[in-house]
Formats: sequence, structure tokens, C-alpha cells
Amino acid sequence: MSQAAPTANVPPEQEPSTNFTVKLGIAQRAGGAVVPVMTGVLAFLAGGIVVAATGHNPWTAYKGIWQGAGFNWLFHIPWNTNTINLSAFNLSQTLLLTTTLILCGLAVAFPFRCGLFNIGGQGQYLVGLVVANWVGVSFASWPTLPHVLLGIFAAAAAGAVWAGIAGFLKATTGAHEVISTIMLNWIAIWGAQYLFGQGGPLQNTYNPAAPESGTVVQSAKIPVFWGSSALQGTDVGFFVALAMLVVFWLILNRTTLGYEVRATGFNPDAAAYGGINVRNKYIQAMAISGAFAGLAGALDMLGYLFQFGVLDVQASQIGFLGIAVALLGRNTAVGTGIAAFLFGGLLYGTTRGLNPNVFDPGLAGNLTSMIQGLIVLFVGADILILYVWNSRRKLKRRVAPA
Amino acid sequence: MVDETVLELRGITKVYPGIVADDHVDFDLKRGEVHALLGENGAGKSTLMNILYGLTKPDEGEIVIAGKQKSFTSAKDAIAAGIGMVHQHFMLIPVMTVAENIVLGVEPTREGVFLDEKGAEERVRELSHQFGLAVDPTALVANTTVGQQQRVEILKALYRGAEILILDEPTAVLTPQEAGELFEIVRSLTADGKSVIFISHKLNEVLEIADRITVLRRGKKIDTVPREGATEEGLARMMVGRDVLLRVDKAAARPGEIALDVREVRVVDERGLEKVRGVSFTVRNGEIVAIAGVDGNGQTELIEAITGLRPFTGTVAVGGRPVEGNATPRRMLDAGIGHIPEDRHRRGLVLEFNLAENLALHDYDREPDSKHGWLYPKRLIARAGRLIREFDIRGGGPLTLARALSGGNQQKVVVAREVERDPTVLIAAQPTRGLDVGAIEYVHRRLVAERDAGHAILLVSLELEEVLSLADRILVMYEGQIVGEHGAGAGEEEIGLEMLGGRKAAAA
Repeated sequence: MSQAAPTANVPPEQEPSTNFTVKLGIAQRAGGAVVPVMTGVLAFLAGGIVVAATGHNPWTAYKGIWQGAGFNWLFHIPWNTNTINLSAFNLSQTLLLTTTLILCGLAVAFPFRCGLFNIGGQGQYLVGLVVANWVGVSFASWPTLPHVLLGIFAAAAAGAVWAGIAGFLKATTGAHEVISTIMLNWIAIWGAQYLFGQGGPLQNTYNPAAPESGTVVQSAKIPVFWGSSALQGTDVGFFVALAMLVVFWLILNRTTLGYEVRATGFNPDAAAYGGINVRNKYIQAMAISGAFAGLAGALDMLGYLFQFGVLDVQASQIGFLGIAVALLGRNTAVGTGIAAFLFGGLLYGTTRGLNPNVFDPGLAGNLTSMIQGLIVLFVGADILILYVWNSRRKLKRRVAPA
Repeated sequence: MVDETVLELRGITKVYPGIVADDHVDFDLKRGEVHALLGENGAGKSTLMNILYGLTKPDEGEIVIAGKQKSFTSAKDAIAAGIGMVHQHFMLIPVMTVAENIVLGVEPTREGVFLDEKGAEERVRELSHQFGLAVDPTALVANTTVGQQQRVEILKALYRGAEILILDEPTAVLTPQEAGELFEIVRSLTADGKSVIFISHKLNEVLEIADRITVLRRGKKIDTVPREGATEEGLARMMVGRDVLLRVDKAAARPGEIALDVREVRVVDERGLEKVRGVSFTVRNGEIVAIAGVDGNGQTELIEAITGLRPFTGTVAVGGRPVEGNATPRRMLDAGIGHIPEDRHRRGLVLEFNLAENLALHDYDREPDSKHGWLYPKRLIARAGRLIREFDIRGGGPLTLARALSGGNQQKVVVAREVERDPTVLIAAQPTRGLDVGAIEYVHRRLVAERDAGHAILLVSLELEEVLSLADRILVMYEGQIVGEHGAGAGEEEIGLEMLGGRKAAAA
């Protein structure tokens, strides 16, 4: 990423504790691969212990998840891209989830760089889903390209407005964004249930008994590039998500807006002194974040879901997983991409992709939540991890001369 | 003074990754003496004292107290060995009384459970009487002055049986009068057989109070000299390693047009209190006007108003053009205000930004740094490289994080950024706070150079010495008002008295 490598040249008279917090601050904010990698390893080790405690073999379990995610396909050279091949199919499904997770991760990472914690990814994602569904069900006479583009832009704009509300409240009244985004999540969840539910304005027209949305028409479906569209192949939305990683990096590091956002995130007082309108940055950062999440909703709806029901709204959790993705990815573009792929594989590999004979899917699903929770915990507690890392080095130094 | 050594540090060495903080430093302290530890920031003073106070473990060397070798694992051990430390930043609990703060952690009790409040107050009274430390044991710390709080800290150490007192930059927060009172206290302590280690980088103070002076430079002990025969110039040379110009060398000012015109400005703080109460003054091109005053008398709010960080009523005109009372910092920058803020960590720098980004803080959104919202990092870096050379910023290049620089070099970054914009009025708020002798000299010379180039400079400083040596005109601020104005040759006593509201009291 753009940040300079942590500089070792710390002023001499600082105490080690200050020295340590300095290191921590740099590691937390600017990336650095040590902590996230250790975090991941620790979480998987702890998960393995739990698996062993339930009387299963952790090695077999992780191997099952690995294959369920289709990661083994990457090592079957020459690659057989036909999705009749099970590992290829699994990987194509992992990529679908990766698409969503990249964008939901960016929706958390971007405001984080502005000093804001967006818990509202789920709500912004749902708003995007609803708007994309409405566009996708309507305008049936339109040709594919403008129809898909309209759906994508409308959903991103809706997500931007939704998150922008929290940014606006923060800028004008000082309302904390964590509280307001959580509240906006519930408004979105209940709003979507009303819209898709029985008698709701967006309920399907063909089965009044089913509390489900209408189905997206053919012209609004995003083309599939891997696998069959009948069997939920991977759509080109995946490349849109990859492109957004680049956009995220460009905005942050190559635009004046990104400069302002980073300055505000690091030190709002200095930003204000420098002439930056800090309140505007809060609104803009939240709006951009919401656009990422809304886009995730659009790509899912027009890429492979096509329809969404009240029960789906209640069950959906993927927007929240974006928090773990961003935290593990250290709020950087590359990190978020890698973390999204990891979590996408974990999510698919412990659910539908998992062979139930290898490992009990019930236990596997819990394992995902556990690993996810541990990662969030460890990332939040990286002071602990850095401490362990530091004392290990100290120990080495002390042992060496003896 | 009895010639009895109470403390000896032998060959203390502490190495941090990449840096030797202390390199075989020897230090000794005799009963009843004041031994000053002098050195620039980063010379190893604090590390040495943290080792003595048990906060840091030395890599090598030994601590000998009253002839016995000691090894401290925490401050508790050091306190048990009779060492007390008064930190630069006080560690008091404002909502508790003076006596409660003093006995905290070693409270006297009745029947083993109940706090013996009367006994605590009595003991505090005894101590304060014995050493001439006037404090009211029943007062809340929140209602006491900074000088009184420092006495509470000293009493805290004495209450715990300290024979050796470490005072870490004790005058940094005091007015000249309060500093004088502190010196009296130090003298009565030593007369009573206590020994004091006095950490400072102010030469005149050290010469006034210390019996012996040890100078550290870059972790090495340079020398220990008696006060007799020591001079400011000689000590400065030992500290910095070269000759230092202590007096600011400047010609008489040649004031020109009015550059900054402030009239009847009033500023209200967050709590609705009026902190600036109708202040009027002007600053002309080619002169340095200084605002002297004790911290908290409205100087910060006044500067924030003039720089657009806080709304005000009244009128402010820059270069003859008025600016509105709700102007943004951007508007004030464009009007021609340059600002060296009083807290470079909170406002002056984004510490996690590199130098190139920090140097662009005001101009990132205009050409050539950016165009149509696109940033050109290479241009930022090129500009930073030029400024780093021009302003002699050491310790890193354009891509070094600001956090990694020393305080003096961080301040050079701020100065470089503000001066480079060629402002009509340059506001310097406590521009040398926390800097060492060499860096202070640099900042002072730079400010005088800017003045001589025809810029108007408004200096706000809590250091009376700095005000006296730099200013062409001096305004004294007290409780939100200008209570006095003086020419360049004004006397320290008179201004010091006005800073404490003396004239007002006399008039009332």
C-alpha cells in the first residue's frame, strides 16, 4: 500500500511503552502483514482445538473445508475449468461470495480510514438488493447493458444515501455512527420484509401466498463467465468487485478526497487546521462506503439471486461479515481482497460446499462463526498479539548472550 | 553541606533498538545538594531517571544508594529506597482533596479499615510546615493552581519518606514568580538534608539553583561541573557540542503597513464562557508582536479565532481586508494567515502522514499538488525534498512518517510549511515548546528572518524570556483582556506582575 514502511528510527528518549504504542499505532493503521497473518493462524489453531475437543480430527475437518471451498482446484494443474468438475464448481461458488465480501469489506474499510466505524454494511447491502430487485423486475423492455447499469447505479446510489444519513447525522449533530448505522440496519431489515412480504409493494405478482420478491427479468441479469447460468455460475460482477479494489486504492491514494479522508481519519484536529472541512468528509466517506455495499447488493441480485424473500432477509448476514473482512484486511485494498477470498472460501466450504460425510455441517457452520469471531477478537486485541511478538523477541535477545 | 554520597549510578547503559539512550553514564549525589541534569531532548536524561525510579531496567550498570547496591523492578522498590519523583505532568486526582491525594496508596487508618482523614490532614500540615510548602490540605486539587499542585506532588514524595527527590523539568509549567517560590522550597529541602536531582534544559535556572551540574549529550556524560565558574555559554556548548547563540541577534524593527488589525474581538469557549473579552491590537509588517501571559488566559482561544478554528465577534482584518467572524480555516489561510500551532502533535502535524503529505497540508488541493481532484504524489515528494534541504530537516526524507522525527525536526516541518506559503501574517503559538537549545535557536532565527523580510509576526509564548528576547512590542494578556503594552526593552518584573493580574488588582 501507499504507506511508508514503519520506520525504525524512533526518538531515543521515548520509553519502551511509548515505543510500543507507536509501533502498534503504525501496525494498526497502515497495515503490515504480521498481525493479520498471525491472527488468522491463531484463529484456525483455536478452531482446530475445538474440533478436536468434539472428538473429530481437525486435519480431516480443515481438509474437508478446503475442498468444499474449491481451493484444491487451484493446485490441480492443468486446470479443468469445466464446472461439472466438483472442485471447479465449488471454487466458482466461493468466488460469488468473494464478490460480495470484497464490496462489503470495502464498505467498512473506507470509512474506517476516515476514523468512522460503519456497522451498517448489512443495511446498506439490503437497500442495494431491494433497489436492484425493483429495477431488475421493472423496465422489462430495456436492452441488457443499460438495464444492468441502471440497476447497479440505482442500487449504489441508494446505498450511498442510506449510509449518508449516518454521516449527515454525525456531521450535524455529532450522533455516533455506530449507533445510527445499527439503527439504520433495522430500518432496512424491517423495510425489506415489508416490501417483499405479503401485500408489500415489491411482492411477486404470480404467487400471492409467498412472501417473496418478483424475479429479475432476463435483460437485467449480469452475464455469467464461468459455469452455467442455470447452475448459478460466477458472473462478471466478480471483476467489478476486483475493479472496486483498484478504485478504493486510487481514491485513497491518488485523489485529494482520499488525502482529506486519511488526514481526517488520522487526526481530525490537524485536518481542520489544514483547511479541510471535516464534517463534509464524514458525509462523503459514509456515502462512498454505502455505495460499495449497495453495489454488493446489486451484483448479488442481478448476478445470481434474482429473487429474495422475507426469510432470506432475516437469514442474511453477509454484510456483517464485511467487518471481519475489513479488520483482517487492515482496511487496505490488497488485504481486503485476500481476506474476502479467505472468508468466501470458509463460508462456502463449511456450508453447501462441504461433503457431509467428511464433517458434520452443523458443527462446520459453527466453526465458521467461531473463526470469524476469533479473528475480530484478535484483531481488536492486536495489542496482545504484538505484545506476545515483542516479548518473544526480547526473550531471544536475553537468551542469546548467556 | 556534608560530604556524604547518598546515591551513585555507575556505568548505566540502556540500549533501545537502533539507539543507545544511555552509554555508561556515571552520576552521584551528595546529601543536601542540588545536582542538575542538563541536556537536550533525547540526551538520555529521562531514561536515566526512569532507571533510577525503577520504571526501566538498565542493560548494564549499577545503582548504589547509601553504600548499598540496589536493583529496582518497579517504582515501588525505588520509593522504598527513599527516592521520590515529581513528573513534568502531575499525577493527581482533581476531584480529591490535597490530603487525600498525598496519602493515596499509603492511607493512615483507624482500626485498620477507616480512613483517618484528620490524621492525614494533620500529617500533611506538619510536612508542609516543616519544608515551607504552603498548601491547604482540605482544598480540592481541581481548585488549586499549577504551582500548588506541584507542591502537592513534592509533599506526596516526602510523605512516602523520600530522601532523594527527582524534579523533572519542574519550571516548565510555572510563572516566573512561581518558579522563584519553587526555588525557595528546594533550598529549604536541601537545608533539611534532602538531596535533589533537578532535570532541566533551561540554563539560567540551572545556574541559579544547582550546586553541581552534569551535562548529557546523546546518551553520554560530557562532564560534571560545579556551579562556580560555569557560564550559560559554556553549558550550552557542552549540551549541543558547538557554540550556540543564546541571545537573539536582531536589528531594530522597521514596522510598515498594518498587516493584522484585531478590534474588539470576543470569543466564547465550548462551555459558553467568554475567554476573550474585547481584545484589540495591530501587527505591522516587519515587526514581531508578542502576547505574554500565563497559560489559560485566553491566548489559545484568541489564536483559534484569528485562524478560523473558532467563531468570534468583533472585526479582524488581514492586509486591510476584513474577514467575517465565522470564517473557516481555509478562508483564513487564503486571506494570508500562516499559523504555527501551539500543539504540533494535536494540530500541526498528521503524525501518521509522511513528510511530503504533511508539507502539503494547506496546498494539496491546488496546482501543482493536484489538478481536478487528482493528487500528484511525485510533485508532493519533490517539493518535500526541496523544503527538507532548505530548512535543514534531519532524521528522514519525504517518505518518512512525521512521527519518526525528533521534536525539533517536527517543528521545522511545521515552520517550513507555514513560511513557504509566504503569509501576510505569521502566527507563532509557543513555537519552541518542548524544543532543545539548538532547535530553539533555529526557530528564533527563522522568525527574525521572516520579520526582516517584511512579514508581520504575532508570537504567543508562555516563556517570558522568549517574549523579551524576540518581541518588538509586548502585549500582556490576563483573563481574556490585554492588560498592558510595552516596548522591546520592558522589564521582566513588571510584565511578570501584569501576567498575574497585578496591575488590575492595584487599580481595583
